[in-house]
Amino acid sequence: MQASVIVFPGSNCDRDVKVALEAVIGRPVRMVWHGDSQMPASDLIVVPGGFSYGDYLRCGAMAAHSPIMRDVVGKAKAGTPVIGICNGFQILTEAGLLPGVLMRNASLKYICRDVTLKVEQTDTPFTRAYRKGEIVTIPIGHAEGNYFADQATLERLEGEGRVVFRYVDALGNATAEANPNGAQHNIAGICDEKRRVLGMMPHPERLFEPMQGGTDGRKLFESLIEKMAA
Amino acid sequence: MKARIKITLKTGVLDPQGKAIQHALTGLGFAGINDVRQGKYIEVDLADTAEPAAREKVDRICKDLLANTVIENYSYELVP
Repeated sequence: MQASVIVFPGSNCDRDVKVALEAVIGRPVRMVWHGDSQMPASDLIVVPGGFSYGDYLRCGAMAAHSPIMRDVVGKAKAGTPVIGICNGFQILTEAGLLPGVLMRNASLKYICRDVTLKVEQTDTPFTRAYRKGEIVTIPIGHAEGNYFADQATLERLEGEGRVVFRYVDALGNATAEANPNGAQHNIAGICDEKRRVLGMMPHPERLFEPMQGGTDGRKLFESLIEKMAA
Repeated sequence: MKARIKITLKTGVLDPQGKAIQHALTGLGFAGINDVRQGKYIEVDLADTAEPAAREKVDRICKDLLANTVIENYSYELVP
């Protein structure tokens, strides 16, 4: 399996996700500079977290128009799995691969802590190693994770089962208290209609080996191997 | 000519920054601050001299990059 991680000026989780992927898939991961216009052959494209272009204008807005993104959009439309984590999620919405937008947290604060999530959908290449409804702990670190979309889009996402991760309490209830950033419907991650593009605010690469204090993020990377082996 | 572009949040989209400004103004002792909505102001200097072509270009600039039309509206004026 060949995975590629896009590197933008201001990306800062690119190497973390490379380490996590290499540990799980056991093969070198390729780093691709945003200024390139052609993606190397890839079975998985990762748009990592960070502060691409210093979050100028809007988070992800500039990166979404980087030369490499045109090819990433093309590859995604042709079926290559693409995952955007945190700033990567923001970039994928700005690039039009996922609907909605990530707005400033309702508290206006940058929040960096573990959150409890429910894995709502396991029929995606990124979540098949989880149990449907599994409650997991994965850290967030963002100031703009407040998911917003119009009512019709929200209804469509819910109706098509495209809310993949939701902020919940320890019992699995999507309460207002369990919602760290004000996201509508407690949305932490969504996929596109073909279920091949995933955007999520939490960072699975920050909790994939015991040294980091937990391993709940690991199954996301393991899901990808199962997918490749299938 | 120059395009003076204003980008504002759509009605109904929560504006936590605007709310924080409102609270700060009230805290400073300004009475009767009913609401605050914040946005962006961007000036673009264009080589174009004909207004119709400039309008077409500025519309594209706003839609493609400057505004996220999921949550934002834009308006602009052209000045020589």
